[in-house]
Amino acid sequence: MLKKTAIAALAAGSLLPLAQAQAADYAIDSEGQHAFIQFKISHLGYSYILGSFESFDGTFSYDSEDTASASAQLEVDVTSLTTNHAERDKHILSGDFLNADEYPTATFTSTGFESTGEGEGVLTGDLTLHGVTNTIEMPVTLLGEGEDPWGGYRAGFEGSTELALGDYDIDMSKFPEAMRSLELYVTFEGIRQ
Amino acid sequence: MWRNSPRGWGLLAIVLHWSSAVAIFGLFALGWWMTGLDYYSEWYHLAPWWHRGIGVLVMLVILGRIAWRLAQPTPAAHGSRLERRAASWGHLALYVLMLAVLISGYLISTADGKGIEVLGMFTLPAVISDLPEQASRAGVVHWYSAVVLIILSAGHALAAFKHHYVDRQDTLRRMLDPRLSQQGRHAAESKGR
Repeated sequence: MLKKTAIAALAAGSLLPLAQAQAADYAIDSEGQHAFIQFKISHLGYSYILGSFESFDGTFSYDSEDTASASAQLEVDVTSLTTNHAERDKHILSGDFLNADEYPTATFTSTGFESTGEGEGVLTGDLTLHGVTNTIEMPVTLLGEGEDPWGGYRAGFEGSTELALGDYDIDMSKFPEAMRSLELYVTFEGIRQ
Repeated sequence: MWRNSPRGWGLLAIVLHWSSAVAIFGLFALGWWMTGLDYYSEWYHLAPWWHRGIGVLVMLVILGRIAWRLAQPTPAAHGSRLERRAASWGHLALYVLMLAVLISGYLISTADGKGIEVLGMFTLPAVISDLPEQASRAGVVHWYSAVVLIILSAGHALAAFKHHYVDRQDTLRRMLDPRLSQQGRHAAESKGR
């Protein structure tokens, strides 16, 4: 009898974390690489350089019934930057720009979310890059959510924002005006935990 | 004339020695200068193009030089037992450093899997790419091994001057004049007469 009670208590206890996860916590699908962080920066004002960070991880919460509680945390391995040109990547990671030796990770932690419509909103948060933290706003869109073919539940978003490199103490004064800011584009799919 | 003898260096070894010496000092100066170039300098793309191309050619020359050194007799070292031992280790260190500088340079430019275009003549393909932070880490090895190589080369030159001016040995002369490698043979022949 006592044994049965203990088992029941254990079973109930083990269900508790599951019940909390119902609030819709997601882990970004980094493993399956359904997630991208890209940037686009002008080259001399004539064309664009496209680049991405290949290694990052993060979690987010999203509940369509309660959008005000939405949040996201990301940690990016700055050294995983690639622009399809090894020497340029080395230069971008050097002390001339990102100084990845000293600042190997960039982080984003949301501080608020404001819904602007069905499946749309503006995510506010602290972005730390090159050792400097700024509050940024990123308009985001819910691209879709639902069950996946492998027994999980997924939700995916995209968002983009403009970053002025000077705000992060990255000196672009030797470069033309057009190269002093970049567009950051993020899209990711989360698997509900 | 082309071959080494226990008395001195043959013409091929002399040509290999001085051509790599000139090229390595030139590449060091060029590399130092070009990494500080302004983005708007007309040499910004051209200087690295020459540095990479000449670097690859020097790598091929050095591989040939090492093969020739191993295949040929080495002229007897001069000086005390300690000097001879130091010279032997010093020469080994010079070869190791040359290889370290050349291979690390190759690993920088081929880090994303693209080959190196050699002065418009041919492309040396990438063999090892996409190691973690390959370009940046190879860059650190490239710089420090180059600095140590230049310092050790200066010591190598000082030692040659010491043999020449202080000890009055033909150490330096036999790296300039291939005829010294032939003298033993003539001496032996004339003695025979």
